[in-house]
Amino acid sequence: MTPALSVILFTTASGAGYGLLALLGLLVPFGLLPATVWFGLATLVLALALISGGLLSSTLHLGHPERAWRAVTQWRSSWLAREGLAALLTYLPALAFGATWFLARRPTPPAAALGVLAAAGAIVTLFCTSMIYASLRPVRQWRNAWVTPNFLLLGGYSGALSLAAMTHLFHAGASLPCALSLLLGLAAIIAKLFYWRSIDRTPSVSTAETATGLGHLGRVRALDAPHTEENYLMREMGFRIARKHARRLRGLALIIGFVIPLALAIAALILGALPALAAAVMAALLALTGIFIERWLFFAEATHTVMLYYGRAA
Amino acid sequence: MTSLPAPRPGAKKLGLVIDLDTCVGCHACAVNCKEWNKGGPPAPLPDYDPQGAKPDGVWFNRIHTYEAGDGAAGRTVHFPRSCLHCEEPACVTVCPTGASYKRAEDGIVLVNTDLCIGCKLCSWACPYGAREFDEDAGVMKKCTLCIDRIYNDTIPEAQRVPACVATCPAHARHFGDLGDPESAVSKLVRSRGGYDLMPEMGYRPVNKYLPPRKTACRAPALAEAAPDGAKENGGVGERLLAWLDRALSS
Amino acid sequence: MPGETIALSNPIGDTVKATTCYMCACRCGIHVHLKDGRVRYIEGNPDHPVNRGVLCGKGSAGIMQHYSPARLRSPLIRVGERGEGRFREIGWDEALDIATGWLARIRATDPRRLAFFTGRDQSQALTGFWAKEFGTPNFAAHGGFCSVNMGAAGLYSVGGSFWEFGEPDWEHARLFLLFGVAEDHDSNPIKIGLSRLKARGARIISINPVRTGYSAVADEWVGLRPGTDGLFILSIIHLLLAAERVDLDFLSRYTNGGWLVVRDPGGAGDGLFARDAEGRVLIQDRASRELVEAGRPGTAPRLAGEVRLADGKTALPVFQLLAERYLDPAYAPEAVAARCGITAETIRRIAAEIAEAASATITLPHAWTDSEGVRHAEMHGRPVAMHAMRGISAHSNGFQTCRALHVLQMLIGAVDTPGSWRYKAPYPRPTPPHAPPGGKDVRPETPLSAMPLGMPSGPEDLLVDREGAPQRIDHAFSWEAPLGLHGLMHTVIANAHAGDPYPIDTLFLYMANMAWNSSPEPMETARLLTDKDERTGEYRIPHLIYADAYFSETVAYADLVLPDTTYLERFDCISILDRPIGSAEGPADAIRQPVVAPDRDVRPFQDVLIDLGGRLGLPAFVKPDGTARYASYADYIVHHERRPGIGPLAGWRGNGTQSGRGAPNPSQLEHYIANGCFWRHELPPEAHYFKFANRDYLEAATALGLIEKPERITLQLYAEPLQRFRLAGLGHGDILPPPDLRERVARYCDPLPFWYPPFEQEAADEAEFPLSAITQRPMPMYHSWGSQNAWLRQIHARNFLYIAPGTARALGLEDGEWVKVSSRSGSVTCPVRIMEGVNPLTVWTWNAIGKRAGAWMLAPDAPESRQGFLLNHVIATFLPRRNGRRLPSSDPVTGQAAWYDARVRIEKAARDTAGTLPHPPDLRPPEGLLAAMKRARA
Ligand SMILES: Nc1nc2c(c(=O)[nH]1)N[C@H]1C(S)=C(S)[C@@H](COP(=O)(O)OP(=O)(O)OC[C@H]3O[C@@H](n4cnc5c(=O)[nH]c(N)nc54)[C@H](O)[C@@H]3O)O[C@H]1N2
Ligand SMILES: Nc1nc2c(c(=O)[nH]1)N[C@H]1C(S)=C(S)[C@@H](COP(=O)(O)OP(=O)(O)OC[C@H]3O[C@@H](n4cnc5c(=O)[nH]c(N)nc54)[C@H](O)[C@@H]3O)O[C@H]1N2
Ligand code: SF4
Ligand code: SF4
Ligand code: SF4
Ligand code: SF4
Ligand code: SF4
Ligand SMILES: [Mo]
Repeated sequence: MTPALSVILFTTASGAGYGLLALLGLLVPFGLLPATVWFGLATLVLALALISGGLLSSTLHLGHPERAWRAVTQWRSSWLAREGLAALLTYLPALAFGATWFLARRPTPPAAALGVLAAAGAIVTLFCTSMIYASLRPVRQWRNAWVTPNFLLLGGYSGALSLAAMTHLFHAGASLPCALSLLLGLAAIIAKLFYWRSIDRTPSVSTAETATGLGHLGRVRALDAPHTEENYLMREMGFRIARKHARRLRGLALIIGFVIPLALAIAALILGALPALAAAVMAALLALTGIFIERWLFFAEATHTVMLYYGRAA
Repeated sequence: MTSLPAPRPGAKKLGLVIDLDTCVGCHACAVNCKEWNKGGPPAPLPDYDPQGAKPDGVWFNRIHTYEAGDGAAGRTVHFPRSCLHCEEPACVTVCPTGASYKRAEDGIVLVNTDLCIGCKLCSWACPYGAREFDEDAGVMKKCTLCIDRIYNDTIPEAQRVPACVATCPAHARHFGDLGDPESAVSKLVRSRGGYDLMPEMGYRPVNKYLPPRKTACRAPALAEAAPDGAKENGGVGERLLAWLDRALSS
Repeated sequence: MPGETIALSNPIGDTVKATTCYMCACRCGIHVHLKDGRVRYIEGNPDHPVNRGVLCGKGSAGIMQHYSPARLRSPLIRVGERGEGRFREIGWDEALDIATGWLARIRATDPRRLAFFTGRDQSQALTGFWAKEFGTPNFAAHGGFCSVNMGAAGLYSVGGSFWEFGEPDWEHARLFLLFGVAEDHDSNPIKIGLSRLKARGARIISINPVRTGYSAVADEWVGLRPGTDGLFILSIIHLLLAAERVDLDFLSRYTNGGWLVVRDPGGAGDGLFARDAEGRVLIQDRASRELVEAGRPGTAPRLAGEVRLADGKTALPVFQLLAERYLDPAYAPEAVAARCGITAETIRRIAAEIAEAASATITLPHAWTDSEGVRHAEMHGRPVAMHAMRGISAHSNGFQTCRALHVLQMLIGAVDTPGSWRYKAPYPRPTPPHAPPGGKDVRPETPLSAMPLGMPSGPEDLLVDREGAPQRIDHAFSWEAPLGLHGLMHTVIANAHAGDPYPIDTLFLYMANMAWNSSPEPMETARLLTDKDERTGEYRIPHLIYADAYFSETVAYADLVLPDTTYLERFDCISILDRPIGSAEGPADAIRQPVVAPDRDVRPFQDVLIDLGGRLGLPAFVKPDGTARYASYADYIVHHERRPGIGPLAGWRGNGTQSGRGAPNPSQLEHYIANGCFWRHELPPEAHYFKFANRDYLEAATALGLIEKPERITLQLYAEPLQRFRLAGLGHGDILPPPDLRERVARYCDPLPFWYPPFEQEAADEAEFPLSAITQRPMPMYHSWGSQNAWLRQIHARNFLYIAPGTARALGLEDGEWVKVSSRSGSVTCPVRIMEGVNPLTVWTWNAIGKRAGAWMLAPDAPESRQGFLLNHVIATFLPRRNGRRLPSSDPVTGQAAWYDARVRIEKAARDTAGTLPHPPDLRPPEGLLAAMKRARA
């Protein structure tokens, strides 16, 4: 599948945003995070900025962004609609959470309840996003059991690192976010490695033989395509990445997105004040970059059954 | 509504049956489809760079050519590919806007381009590559099963079939109700072993493909009438005369 | 509900007009739907006899052709050098004045100095007639580079031919053999027919080096080596004879199998038919053993047995000669299989299959009367049908190969019987034909006494001088091509440039893209067109007038461009006098009518030709007072009479009720238009088969004016006219070939078919050029026209060289790699594509996809010119000179261009290949077209 920049940006940024929102909403009620209003507001604003920026960028992908509002109407059948709806609905508790906290100058129980709701919304939205891909049968690298855990864990991981950066920024005790980052990061790595292993090892059920139904005659080879030049289908679903190149990028994603950020997170745990802040911010930014590469690969390595008709593997 | 209509027993399932045994790969169906639809409901069907370096455009029907099998058993197969009007089309259910829908009355899968936001998700969801994005209009388009022909009472009844079916010079395309086991197309599918493309996808295509067949040669070997010995005594002339006498006296 | 947003019953357009398609030469009937004066939709006319409602891909893309940006917009006069593309737009008055000036001077001095050649011309009945009236023998249409081998072999064998002049009995054939057909002119009818065969479970065998298209749907594919069909067919004949599985009854009744051939080795009459004092051919009656004239009622010929003639010479029946030749072990499958590139087993199996299918007689319940008046209660037929086209004819051994195929048909009794190949009206015609070509009497200001193209019966009909030198610019009807029935268009430019046999003044081309895909060696053609005489500084071919409708490569080389309309903007006439659309059930013809008016300053070419005819004072085109006789082509179609009562159109003559013959009917065209622009006359079932000897048919055909006399037509296993040429080659008679050509004439003008290796095999070193290189018609493209079509060019914007896996492996080639393809005459650099379904010693590509950059209003970086290529660059026009003589690489009997003889070598191309080669300089489109394209985009 051809990596769609706007969609990659969207899932990376809003993934982090929802992760951050979820952690904020879940940890604050239990007093596990600073309760200062500015920390709360700033973190919430960051989360919502990441989410909104992502959502906006995703509309760039549309042929008709002005009709984007229609995209929530079919929530009964469409994961994309559900995602849209969940995203919109999540704004309500999230904003209310922020407002109540701000007005009360502290996370009161109602605010805490709204926080939990917002966290739930964030998780549901992330889940819906993952399901958009995980439900697509023609793309075996997406319709894979590891996709949803990946989306959730990566959201959580990048959210946790962002949270760590925020706590450092507000000179608050950041050991929990850092620890969470480590935990979620390790889980995400494991999930990602399992994902890669899975897509590398599971052969496609569909083949040129099943796509054409000509398998009973023997091996099926594409001789001539319907049109000699590229078309929409080939541009959209026919992206090709060399195995070697993909491996290199996987390594890069792991190093930039996980190894270094996690090392920095540990450093931030150990180091004092300013260096810790710098390490945490760096960790978050690198993680986002790494996840961006990972997401790019998520598209680039995905193959679509339609390309079977064009003589390629799926 | 992108939720699928509830299945009703005996419901009409309009679709195509494509005979790979007779398709000669002439592209008539593809071009006539383009011609019909460029002025119909999905109009326009744009052509990008029509005289330029990257000629490309929107086509609802595309004709591939494959080679299958090796040696004497091998065959070249021409393979038209268009929307299969699936019974469980995820292209419809994934659509967030309601632009994609499957008609309850005949099963035709359509796009309402006024509602489409051009998210392209349906084209990702179609295993068969039957959805075509109009880059100029920013909306998704697809085969309509020529809904504006098959129900069109301004054209003679005999011609109320999809454009691709009417035009196919090799009569390799058949149109009808695959929901009715007694329809001509259903019988054809039964008698010829019609099949689904990528059944493993679970989309349950309505359109069926008829496999290529081969009638075998069953002629007994030719017997040499006069053994070569005849040649030595008398040559071809004698041999012919003997043959003609035999033939004419019998 | 969203469903309601689609209007289900919108009318297609506001007007429908019937006319005839011209996206190729198949002549299907179409309905053109118009909306607000623009073409909205074109569909097949369900009532039309040719296409019965279907429409091919090209026909469906007619809209894009009609609105093509490459349409010429006004007459042009060249202002730069040839090929530079600098033109001035001029008006029609000026254009016609210029043309008239050039042509009048030629006609007043030496009419031969006009060479008028037409390509995809469907008005040859007019263009040939115009040439005759002008007085030049130098006329031909494209048949000489197309398939004249097929036409000539058929006309001299069975009085009809494959091509589009016959058709398999799709409804009754049980076995169908298809030789070398990718598309044919019967594009839609063949597809419809194949589907009928399939529906009935008939078996289809395709003999073709490539397995695509029709071969792909065949039950069996015989992938033989190009140029070897003759061997394959003769080997089948060998087996059938050896097994005594031929139809003796058919042979003795309907063929010249029993005709006696004089045996007088070295004598002037050797190999000619034995004749009585009245010149009637003799047979030996089977019962009485007496020598009687062939066809005498109550007799039947003996098919074997030597007889002594009155003059003491001996004679043998044709059948015996034939059997003696083909029973020779040289034709045994084992002896030919390796050359053919197939197994002996395959040949045996197919022969057995033919024998088996042929003996399963098919009976139709139609009583009929034969030409002797004998009544038959039923029709019995051999359900083995054959069809063939350029795969066998586009070789230098094509004429004899096509003859071999007709002989096979005759031997199994499968000519115009139920289940076999059938004539389409107006065929059969008497065979051997006799219609000497015009051109012996060229005089200034005088029409020829006969049409320039004819059918010679012997040396006396040739157009040669006393030394045996050619008298036509293309050397047709000379010893180089005695049966050059359709001319040799592919040699015209080279000969005109060389002044061989004489220089010409004006080359007048219509609808033929000679500067590119229609010539072998197109780069050489371009050079010849631009070459100047050093002394005078003038072009060696001084004037070039070209009538095209689009900006083709050839337009760039013209001095004067006469822009034609598109096919939807004019009247046309698909006449029985030219290439008919009749079927086996009866004759038919058709017209085209303008369905939209031109929006440019263009005129139908036929109108222009008739106008020129009037201006030049060509007798048939002026009234006695010297004014123009016809106002337009439409006027001519209705009022012209070729012979009394016979005109371009056969329908609704006289008072509107007469068919075939009848006085001109002023409202004829209205009748055609009301009937969907075609006329069809269905004969009764008793006239549907055995037409060569079917009294009902022969009488009906005579009444309709299809033939002159209701006389039986005897099928010619043995082609005596060839023997007449051969005898001249052996030194007999007054009209002799030049000494250096005698052996050639004697060898190739064999009255019984034989096989010889294609010339290119001798001209090029087999080891150096081991592979055959051929092209195929792509179904959705018509020669060069398709590429300007925004839809069709999306299907084929570039082409590849297809190669077998083993061959590619041996050369170390991967799919998609670039190669250099070289022949003795040129080279091409292109990418390969590996496929299983191709003969291992053959490479092939789609024809005419490659375009010259800039032509057809395509962007200079269009794939057609960057990644597309023409195989023509490796196809030679001439054989290497011998004894100072330059002979075309064409068939030695007919002059047919031997496109598919090409031999090549392949090697990996340099790594940094950027595009196909050769890549000649870009052509510059006329300013007017560029401006119009800009306006349209804005
Ligand atoms: N779509 C389309 N239709 C056309 C045309 C077109 O350009 N496009 N052109 C029209 C014209 S002008 C013509 S003349 C006709 C020609 O009609 P065809 O004769 O059908 O056309 P070709 O492409 O010349 O096909 C020749 C076939 O013979 C095979 N062949 C080559 N060499 C040999 C051989 O030695 N033996 C055998 N058995 N087969 C061989 C080739 O693989 C090819 O399949 O088509 C007409 N119809
Ligand atoms: N390598 C290779 N070369 C071949 C062949 C092959 O098989 N292989 N086949 C050969 C054969 S059989 C043939 S018949 C020739 C075909 O050769 P041509 O007869 O030259 O056919 P086209 O290339 O279509 O060129 C016809 C010209 O007519 C013009 N034209 C189109 N419509 C109209 C119209 O309505 N009016 C006028 N005035 N002009 C019009 C087109 O623009 C084009 O320039 O090619 C030959 N060349
Ligand atoms: S073929 Fe594709 S577009 Fe058509 S209904 Fe099935 S899934 Fe949808
Ligand atoms: S592109 Fe249009 S039709 Fe397809 S899913 Fe998106 S909104 Fe629906
Ligand atoms: S049914 Fe109509 S829209 Fe669909 S492929 Fe055929 S012609 Fe095109
Ligand atoms: S029109 Fe018929 S024969 Fe031609 S490609 Fe389409 S299905 Fe095949
Ligand atoms: S075969 Fe096609 S292009 Fe040729 S006349 Fe018929 S419809 Fe037109
Ligand atoms: Mo041709």
